[in-house]
This record gives sequence, C-alpha cells and structure tokens, in this order.
Amino acid sequence: MSLLTLDGVTASYGPAQALFGIDLTVGEGEVVALMGRNGMGKTTTVRAICRLIPAAGTLTFAGRDVAGLPAHRAARLGIGLVPEGRRCFAGLTVTENLVAAARPGPWDMRRIEGLFPVLAERRRQRAGTLSGGEQQMLAIGRALATNPRLLILDEATEGLAPLIRAQIWDAVARLRSETGMAILLIDKSMREITAIADRAVLVERGKTVWSGQMRALDPALVDRYIGV
Amino acid sequence: MREGAVNAVLLAGLVAFPIWAQAADEPFLITLATRAVILALAAVGLNIALGWGGMVSLGHAAFFGIGGYAMGILAFHAQTYAPLMEWPFVIEGTKSMPVIWLVAVVASALAALGIGLLSLRTTGVYFIMITLAFGQMLYYFTISWTAYGGEDGMSIYVRNGFPGLNTLVPVEFYGLCLAILLLVLALNAALVRAPFGLALNAARQSPERVRTVGIDPGRLQLAAFVLSGAITGLAGALFADLNRFVSPSMLSWQMSGELIVFVILGGTARLFGPVAGAILFVALEHLLGGVSDYWHVFLGALLLLVVLFARGGLVGFLAGRVR
Repeated sequence: MSLLTLDGVTASYGPAQALFGIDLTVGEGEVVALMGRNGMGKTTTVRAICRLIPAAGTLTFAGRDVAGLPAHRAARLGIGLVPEGRRCFAGLTVTENLVAAARPGPWDMRRIEGLFPVLAERRRQRAGTLSGGEQQMLAIGRALATNPRLLILDEATEGLAPLIRAQIWDAVARLRSETGMAILLIDKSMREITAIADRAVLVERGKTVWSGQMRALDPALVDRYIGV
Repeated sequence: MREGAVNAVLLAGLVAFPIWAQAADEPFLITLATRAVILALAAVGLNIALGWGGMVSLGHAAFFGIGGYAMGILAFHAQTYAPLMEWPFVIEGTKSMPVIWLVAVVASALAALGIGLLSLRTTGVYFIMITLAFGQMLYYFTISWTAYGGEDGMSIYVRNGFPGLNTLVPVEFYGLCLAILLLVLALNAALVRAPFGLALNAARQSPERVRTVGIDPGRLQLAAFVLSGAITGLAGALFADLNRFVSPSMLSWQMSGELIVFVILGGTARLFGPVAGAILFVALEHLLGGVSDYWHVFLGALLLLVVLFARGGLVGFLAGRVR
C-alpha cells in the first residue's frame, strides 16, 4: 500500500485554478521525483499535500484521508517539508530552529548534526546569518527533527554552489540508503535525480502527464515535459 | 555592554534602591519604586504576547483592571463583613494576598482565554482593534458597575496581608512585589528557551512554516495570550493593593497604551526590556511631572527617538546589539 496517494487532486489560488488532476503515489522507502517545467504545478502539489492550500480529490497519507486536515495535523502524521527557498526561522539560532520543530523519534539533534556536521559548528549562530547552503542543511535538519515518514524536498539544491549541492545530494542518498525514508523530490538536477529516484512523475499545466520507473524516462519525455 | 550585564545592573538597582531609600528615610521613593516594579510586572506580561508572540494587544488594561477589581471586590467584602455571595454557597471576602492573587490570576486568565479565542481569529490592525474593543467594553462595564463604585472607583481601607510580612511597611511590600517580579522574570526566561517559547517566536516569524513542522500557531498564541493576561492581572491586583484604590481608569485604553510604551521604551522581546521601560516611565513621570503637566510631550519625543534610532529599546541601546 502506498504511503502517499493523490488521485485527481485539484487546487486553486482564489479564482485561479492551479491543479487540474494530479495523480501521484509514494510508497514506503521509495524515492519519487516530481518533475516538470517552471509554473506547471510542482510546488502547488506540495502545498496541497502539506495542506497549505485547499485541495479537492483523493489525498491520503498512511491510509488516512488528509484532504480535510489542517496543515499542522498533516505534518504530525509524518509529512516533513523542506520548503522552496530555504525558509528557516531567521531570528532563531541553529539549535533553536531544531528544538522548536523537534518531535519524538530517532532523528534527534545528534543524528541531524551527524548528517550535516556544519550545523554542529554553527549551533549558536542565528539562522538568518548562515550561508545559503547552511540554511538549506538547517531546513532539511528541521524537517528531519519532526521525525517524518515522508520527506518532501522542494528545490533543495536550487541556487547553491556545486560543492554544497554535492553535500546535500550525498545527505539525501544517505537518508535513502541508511534509513529507508520515503522521499518526494522536486529538483532540476537530472543527473542526481536519475541516480537517486526510483520513479518519476511528470506534470504539465497542473496535471499528471506521465509516471513510471526512472529508467523508463526517455530523452523524448525529458525534452517534451522538463526541457533540460 | 552585553545584554546580560545590562540586566544585572538593572537587577542590582532594583535591590539596592530601596535599601538606599530606607537609609535615607525616603519612604515615598520606596512607594514610587514599588509602582515601577508593579508596572514592570504588567509590562512583562504584555511582552510575552507583544514581544515574543507578535500580538499587539491594545486591550491589556482589561486584564490589569480585572486583577485590580479582583483585589478590590474581595477586600471590600472583607472590610464590610458582607459575604460576596450567599447562594448556592457562601463566599466571604478576604484580605489574604495569596488568595487574592489566585483569584486575580484565574479571573484574568479566563478573560484572556475568551478575548484571545475571538481576537486571534484576526491579525494585524484588526487584532489591535478587536482587543481595544474588548478592553473598552470592560472599561464601560466597570463605569456602570455601581455596586463597586462605578465611575468613582472604590477605596480600600486595609492593606491586604501576606504571612510573615507587615505589608503596610513600604520596604516590605516592595520586597514582596520585587520577589514576584523576579519569579515571573525567571519563568519568562525559562519559557523563551523552552520549545514552547521557541515555537512562539517562530510562529511570530512565519505561522505557515510553523504549521509545516506540526505546530498549530493559533493554539500556541492563545496559550501565550492567556499567560500574558494572567501575569498582567496579577500586577493589577498588586497595583490596587499599592494604591488601596481601584477604578475604571485601570481598564482604560490609555493604560493599555502605557503598557505598550513600557515594552517599546525598554525593548520588545527582551527579558528586562519592560522593566527598564517601566522604571524610565515612572522616573520621567516623577521628575518631569513636577516641572510641567504636559510632561507626556517629553515622553512622546523620547518614544520617537527610541523608535527611530534605538529599535532594541533602552536595553538594546545599552547592550549595543541589534537583533
């Protein structure tokens, strides 16, 4: 049974409809890449999953209908979000960001600092003064501190230096291999996604247009729907 | 100077001032300092909502007044020996400070719960206006409450008692008020470092991000608002005891405004900010009030300077650290 299931999900920003029918599943321990051009509805899909915008259609997580739940209840079920744009709590220190989000489970401070050693060196530094890469690591750490069953990474490596991107991809690979955590990825780094994801889901104009095994994603599909 | 050092100097001043005033045989100055300590306590309560929670309440005088009337009503019935109520069971008045404080805290917390539940459905200017409206509702209620003095307020001819202390002695009452202020400051310091306080601070920065980590910012803010109201209510009970008088002016919007001024003058979301603000306010009131009836003009100018050039308030300015 899938951990996350979206079937015919639609969503709107006021009068403007943004999603017209998203179909998507993520199984336990599976890494799924949600791909598409800019403005096609990837982040809106993530916001619908996290209940940050109202959505219609079937939306279940761990066997529960989450379509009517408020965002904080959905998160408590085990949906961990690393939002687009490295949005940490800028006024809090690194430790405070993690403590504020912490929920019981295997991902404690020590384990998060083990994944991102630089966070241990910056414990007392305010998040707003960290570099972009460090803020991204903190955003991932904060999501892990909630001890999620599904981690959603929305453009986690966007705008970062190659060395930092490599560190983050390495951490994601470790999460996959060492914990078997289910991950939903949104990113434009085709090479890294191809190496790490089991399956891909392509969206175009707010609708799922293709889904299948990563190895079945041929260049023609990539060219048509992703454009890289 | 670091913030910790500024706080230590303020604390030392609060402890040393009454000792000096006692030695100099200046009991009036001790009463003045007691007023500053009690107003600081009220502002510390507001700072939890305003500073850490980002909730600009223009109705906190309501809680201050509820605490004051809790004291006034209980003491009034104690001095007249008339029971507060006789049916279905008898409730007598009391002159016991701990009992009065408990009633003040519970009553103001309940009021804050009711007001918070409705007000926190709004944000920004609407939150300011709805808290103001609730404050004014209670203010006009006390004006029309003739059983307890109505517009003229109510004088209390006794100083309520605390076991082991003669609360009529200014320095002993000051010590009691200071001990409560320090206890509340310690609670406040622990709170802002605890997950609750950190999440409250985070919710002020971004309610949406807080939701994505499984926290309901509304419940968090409501809890902080209730705690804030309860502390301000406790200060109101002490203030009424200090003056042995309670009146609707304790609930007026001007009082709410003054509490906000204490917090901003001293430094929002800084532990000793409201303490510094209240001390500065009372000192200016005492020193400039004797010079001119329009001393608030100077206070206004000072507030302008703080807002324009010292966003961290007096404590932030002295600590020299921008946050």
